Amino acid sequence: MKAEVAARPASPPRGRHRLGAFVFLAPGLTYLIVLLLVPLALVLSYVFFQRGRFGGVVYEFTTENFTRLADPLYLGVVGGSLKIAALTTLIALAFGYPTAYLIAQLPRKWKTIALIAIVLPFWTNFIIRMYAWIILLNGPGLINSGFEAVGLGPFELLYNQGAIITGLVYSYLPLMVLPLYAAIERLDPQLREASANLGASGFTTFRKVTLPLTVPGVLTGCLFVFVPSFANFVIPEMLGGGKTLMVGNLIRNEFLKARDWPFGSALALALVAVLVLLLVAQAWAARRA
Amino acid sequence: MRRSRLLHIPFWATLVFLYAPIVVLVVMSFNSGESAYTYEGFSLKWYGVLAQNERVMDGLVNTLIVAAGSTVVATVLGTMLAVGLARHTRSRTLDALALLPAVLPDLVLAIGLLVFYGLIQLTLGVYSVILAHGVFSMAFVAAVVRTRLAGADPSLEEASRDLGAGPVTTFMKVTLPQLVPGVVAGALLAFTLSLDEFVIAFFTIGNLEQTLPIVIYSMIRFGVEPQINALGAILLLVSFTAVIVGQRMTKIGEARAQD
Amino acid sequence: MFRIRFTRRLPAVAVVAGLALAVAACGGGSTDSPGAAPRATAEQLNPNADLSKQSINVTVWDGYTPKELPEKVKQKLKVADMKIAVHATNEEAMTKLTAGGDSGIDVAFVSGQYAQALNEQGLLEPIHPELIPNLSNLYPEATQLSYDKGNRYSVPYTWGTTGICYRTDLVKSPPTSWNDILKPPSWADKKVTMMTTERWLALPALKALGYSVNTDKDDEIAKVKDLLLQAKPHLLGYDDTTFGDKLKSGEAVMVVAWDGWCPTTDPKKNIKFVVPKEGSDLWVDTMVIMKSSKNKEAAHALINYILDPEIHSWAASNINYKVPNKAAMDKVEVPEGSLLGIKPAELLNGESIIDLGQGSVKYTRLSSEVTAQ
Repeated sequence: MKAEVAARPASPPRGRHRLGAFVFLAPGLTYLIVLLLVPLALVLSYVFFQRGRFGGVVYEFTTENFTRLADPLYLGVVGGSLKIAALTTLIALAFGYPTAYLIAQLPRKWKTIALIAIVLPFWTNFIIRMYAWIILLNGPGLINSGFEAVGLGPFELLYNQGAIITGLVYSYLPLMVLPLYAAIERLDPQLREASANLGASGFTTFRKVTLPLTVPGVLTGCLFVFVPSFANFVIPEMLGGGKTLMVGNLIRNEFLKARDWPFGSALALALVAVLVLLLVAQAWAARRA
Repeated sequence: MRRSRLLHIPFWATLVFLYAPIVVLVVMSFNSGESAYTYEGFSLKWYGVLAQNERVMDGLVNTLIVAAGSTVVATVLGTMLAVGLARHTRSRTLDALALLPAVLPDLVLAIGLLVFYGLIQLTLGVYSVILAHGVFSMAFVAAVVRTRLAGADPSLEEASRDLGAGPVTTFMKVTLPQLVPGVVAGALLAFTLSLDEFVIAFFTIGNLEQTLPIVIYSMIRFGVEPQINALGAILLLVSFTAVIVGQRMTKIGEARAQD
Repeated sequence: MFRIRFTRRLPAVAVVAGLALAVAACGGGSTDSPGAAPRATAEQLNPNADLSKQSINVTVWDGYTPKELPEKVKQKLKVADMKIAVHATNEEAMTKLTAGGDSGIDVAFVSGQYAQALNEQGLLEPIHPELIPNLSNLYPEATQLSYDKGNRYSVPYTWGTTGICYRTDLVKSPPTSWNDILKPPSWADKKVTMMTTERWLALPALKALGYSVNTDKDDEIAKVKDLLLQAKPHLLGYDDTTFGDKLKSGEAVMVVAWDGWCPTTDPKKNIKFVVPKEGSDLWVDTMVIMKSSKNKEAAHALINYILDPEIHSWAASNINYKVPNKAAMDKVEVPEGSLLGIKPAELLNGESIIDLGQGSVKYTRLSSEVTAQ
């Protein structure tokens, strides 16, 4: 109130606008600068320093952390993570697209219910959900008991890359369905009718009309699934039996186990760089679509 | 028509995939046996075991403190930020900055904060997690409120200003009342996200405290324990209720705002 | 267009970078530099300090100390408060204790080589023997541990060795060699686990090849890597914490285990532990006092209290860990099948793992290389 009284007489409209901008933006932006930009800038600057023996850094300039990134070992981990994240994204798309497509065609009331049903598991503790998968996939677990009942198995379901991908798809599938649904829902049904009237088969209509128009949704969904899958470290650890190392695990290990903060920072930077590239590619593809 | 019947297969497959683990978890939480894999009969004993687990209870309290604290921070700052960005500036850079925490991988934010807290020699505790959760929660609140703002009528605010009201008065008397459903939805979102958040909390919490997801994580590292099933079932119930209540609230809010 | 946008953004970037550098400069002084690892210097402690003004925070493995310990300590020592924090692994504890800022921890439980590393970093308070009369309860062997001869900055809590823990009913022949794990027979394929913590991950291969557990020779580590990579496809997983459960459920038939965590006293009596013929290590879990502690008298009093035979024997009777405390071990009845009977002299046959300084980086890399492929 005081600020307002003080400001009123002197300031012309434009100045008042400035004051408003300051009052509303300053607290939030200060918070973001101190707790987001400064930490990120720190991570960025640590890349150029040498590791302290027990974490932290020694302030001596080096580019060694970059050259280490080119090591086949770490390139391999990045490649492996890309592969896992890409497979996860494809599987999520394969299930997510038809699901979203069907939901978009449901009556209004059922639409809401179906959407909630898809999103609901997403709102429960994600570590508990992974735990549930351990119970399901384990050697003596339920799926194997089922197989044994019909005289098959037991199979190695847990502690491999398949288990990791299952966990990732499970965790992020809703993030695929929602943008797809939004894209399909927006489609004008008349377009499809027109296509059908012109004699196109269902599949042709889908391929020539529906799919191209929903490409932006597909891209958004893929991005939403890919990003958290690529950077994950908890799921590979819990479901992978420690046999698969993803970029996330590597970063975590460098910070918490090896306590090599500069190299951990370099890896984090590489991770962000890959994601920025993807964002740019996605924006470019979406504009063309 | 035939095509859409074919679509039912992946749709139902998706639903089974999503709910099978949850059903198993809930059923096994009522198991009377010691094994996590074979159901032997109905019992509530694991709920009793859980109720006496002090670590879980402490973790729950810490989680609620973190969620409440970060929701307050994020809701106040995020709402102001949304109004500031939508009404007082046209900076694309600031727009992007406000969204950044929502798209940045949690692990990157977590190590950034670990490095930052370490450097300023901050003793970690529950409050360091509150500050950390505030960062990404604020982005979500700001995003939700902005969608709401886009639907609000700016001419009302202009009228208010023309009548000589300052930005604060205009905000309190004109803008905010229109935003209430968005603010509530944003706050709910912030609260739920914080409840479930593991990675950032894992990196920024003090040595003497643990949030519930961290407690669960370390319990699972020491083996499969049936009481985790019970805990999972309770958490499921809580979040399902929250989502459904939240859904209702937003609907009522929207209906009211349209009146 | 491009330039305008850029110049607009430039000031913002400059401000942030400047801030970051300023923060870095302020904090810089307190970050350690290599080589200058300050040796701990003893602080004057008052043997008659008023403990009721002190409270103790302890970090320890979950379930490693009696549940009622804080209550008892408060009663006996009259300290204001005692809190227990838990860590799952040594690595987790190290993160807590070295992340910068005041860790808030007074007493930490970590393994010997980690205590050594903490000391080299100048983070530990030297032990004041005059405040811990119960040190005399320890076996003489327990003062000759290679990571800290004479217990200058650490007090041993438990000790033991690493070996193979196996299901007698599920193995065709009992394992005798580390090669049984590294090149498992077909009936054990994908039913074997190894440890994840770097030095213990390497241990089976190091010993199988006849190397020291403390080697930092590149050619030896390269051979260890090959052997570990060869073993990997035949493993169920890498596991430090739940191998006992996997053995009980039958998911695994042989696991690399610390003796105390091998569930040999399981009622079904089908689990046994063996130290492979190539030899193994001697591990010691120790108690250390942090230099940053403001409650050092109470911390010493706590360690003294834990060395009391009544309390220290708890670990042997309840969690099956041998304690290096003669007075305590004399009180313990050794159940059948238990590994508590191993004598200190036999234990000392194992090679003690010590911190390798910069050489430890090689083991970090080894562990990444093995898990990444």
